[in-house]
Amino acid sequence: MMISKRRGLAAASALAAAALAVASCSSSGTGTQSSAPASSGAAEPITIRVQTFGGGSNFGYKNAVEKWNAEHKDIQIKHENLTDQFEQQYWPQMIQWLTSGSGAGDVVGIDEGGMGLAKARTEWWADLKEYGLESRKGDFPAWKWENGVAADGKLFALGTDIGGMSICYRKDLFEKAGLPTERDEVSALWPTWDEYMNVAKKFQDKVKDTKFADGTNTLYQVVLYQEAAKNGNVTYFDKDNNLIVDKNPAVKAGFDFAQKMSQQGLTAKLRNFTDEWATGTQKGSFATVGCPSWMLGVVSGNAGDDAKGKWDVASVPGGGGNWGGSWLAVPKQSKHPKEAAMVADYLTQAQTQASIFTDFGNMPSNTKAQQDPAVQGAKNEFFDDAPIGEIFAKSASSLQPVFLGVKHAQVKNAIESVIQGMDDGSVPYDKAWQQLVDDAVKAAG
Amino acid sequence: MSLDTLPRAARNNHRRARPPGRRWRSRLDVKAMPYALVSPYFILFAAFGLFPLAFTLYYSLYDYDLTGTVEWAGLGNYTSLLSDDDFWRATVNTVSMFIIATVPQMLLALFLANALNKRLKFRLAIRMSVLLPLVTSVVAVAVVFTQLFARDWGLVNYILSWFGVDATNWRAERVPSWIAIATMVDWRWTGYNAIIFLAGMQTIPRDLYEAASIDGASRRRQFWQITLPMLRPTMIFVVLNSTIGGLTLFAEPMTFYNGNPDGGSQGQFQTVAMFIYKEAFREFDFGYASAAAWLLFLLILIGAAINFLFVRRIGGTK
Repeated sequence: MMISKRRGLAAASALAAAALAVASCSSSGTGTQSSAPASSGAAEPITIRVQTFGGGSNFGYKNAVEKWNAEHKDIQIKHENLTDQFEQQYWPQMIQWLTSGSGAGDVVGIDEGGMGLAKARTEWWADLKEYGLESRKGDFPAWKWENGVAADGKLFALGTDIGGMSICYRKDLFEKAGLPTERDEVSALWPTWDEYMNVAKKFQDKVKDTKFADGTNTLYQVVLYQEAAKNGNVTYFDKDNNLIVDKNPAVKAGFDFAQKMSQQGLTAKLRNFTDEWATGTQKGSFATVGCPSWMLGVVSGNAGDDAKGKWDVASVPGGGGNWGGSWLAVPKQSKHPKEAAMVADYLTQAQTQASIFTDFGNMPSNTKAQQDPAVQGAKNEFFDDAPIGEIFAKSASSLQPVFLGVKHAQVKNAIESVIQGMDDGSVPYDKAWQQLVDDAVKAAG
Repeated sequence: MSLDTLPRAARNNHRRARPPGRRWRSRLDVKAMPYALVSPYFILFAAFGLFPLAFTLYYSLYDYDLTGTVEWAGLGNYTSLLSDDDFWRATVNTVSMFIIATVPQMLLALFLANALNKRLKFRLAIRMSVLLPLVTSVVAVAVVFTQLFARDWGLVNYILSWFGVDATNWRAERVPSWIAIATMVDWRWTGYNAIIFLAGMQTIPRDLYEAASIDGASRRRQFWQITLPMLRPTMIFVVLNSTIGGLTLFAEPMTFYNGNPDGGSQGQFQTVAMFIYKEAFREFDFGYASAAAWLLFLLILIGAAINFLFVRRIGGTK
């Protein structure tokens, strides 16, 4: 009885969340839909539900979806962005839907952290080869393409964006601290993370009510992914899915840096992708945040139009890295797999990805889009016309894939909880590493 | 028309009563019909109460991974639960939050009910307004309280700063997080309990108070010597109800941390219900979650028994 009550609650809360998502989408989406005259052939247009996750403008599909819906009267896209949080909410919910055989959208976004499991459970997905999407192979770097192909050869997912790396910073706050504000000068301030920390200290001496960095987790991830590239491109699991948290120097490097920043009081102690963090972005609780390309859309979305021009983008200390990036898959349970495959195809086309980049900042994984002059010369209006094309597109071709295990999402959450706990004072600094290893073992078990 | 139907009905009755073979049917009617009429409740209870309860017990004996395999585990889930620090932390959190929330809530509700029981202008409107928090959606409540208790821009921290209190991180420190959530619970449920207490108070005969007044008993004395003892049955109901609600606390602490069942970075305010949810729907360990659900059930039985014994002693036994 007890558990049934809880399941009911869970279902109810999931429903509420879904309803909210639907409501917020339909308010912007119905305009085009209702004005569409019924076409002669199909009386009722097919609705393809596209489900994604992420904060701010997330996948940046707003304009692309409006364009499709205006051009295709018979197939209408309904974009549902379910939640900010991938590991904690979106992916567990998606796994339930996929396992139970109903509930998932026709096209669903999968973060890199979920791809290990998605690949292992090929029975969840429709084979996109059946809809002729094998032809898209040439559009993507080999690693992005191959991660969407399961062991049995099924093509189940197409790449959307890739990570890339930069630092977003608040110019007005830098000025207040007497630091340079021009992006080239700012980039020159921190070729290494040690120098980044020195700048942080200088900033903190001058400015008291704003912290230099958002929290420990974003910095940890940035350093982790940079170091992973130097350590065989693995994070928590080796390529045989053995847990290597305690052995991988990349994890320790990320942890150590996050700990140093926290100990010296340079972080705002906010956990990324929470409401407080989003509010902090808007109200200026912190001056810098680690920015993979897709984070630009998150920052601009959270900060709002009032903050336009206050933010800028500088290069990241310690060289490039590839944090994040997603794929689109079509669940087998979709009633319109053919149309869903068409939509997935459209959303990953060079032209669409290029326009998403110029509008919102998510770096295309599509190599044709990467070479598009519009992408390479793109400037981001929100970030004071920062030449994001130059910043991200240059390094895009050199980015390396990072291998993530089947249980990556669970382990990542456990580790981030310890790193956040260390920052907010609930885990003592000297015990944090041991607890991180212990909790990771538990989560992987 | 009535002339026509009445005699026929009478004739029918007459005919039915006569054959002795049919008498058992009327007896069945009398004996079985009441059971048939109350059966919908029991059928529903069996389907949505008893069956899940038994099913949960069944699965608690298995190592049941939603994304993997189902294997017999015996009491393995229970033994590992009892040595799981996270489970005990969740239990301590739940019981502590229950106590922090319920004690002031009961006292407040009692005094509120006593106040509402007096002659007031706009009595009905005032009584109804006490119930308003209850009809507010719990998510809306959580959104507002989450902002009130925000670390950086929250109203509560702002007010505390007038008295020189440093900003409290309501999500990172254990006791403050309990207090914040208990506040949320109390805001929602105090009025509800007050109305039930009020209903109980209105069943207390007036002449008891009149006799006490003649004997010179003060208002306060009357409250402690008449109202409280006479209210005992109501109190038992309210306390048991709050025990069940408090020990299965879920929505408030869940929304307090962005819908994340971790309840704080280190489970500072994770309740047992959230622990179960996390194990079942994030780790997909259904067997483990089922075992935890049964332990929660036991916890509630124990809590209810203790509170029952405690409340029965209120006002002295005769």
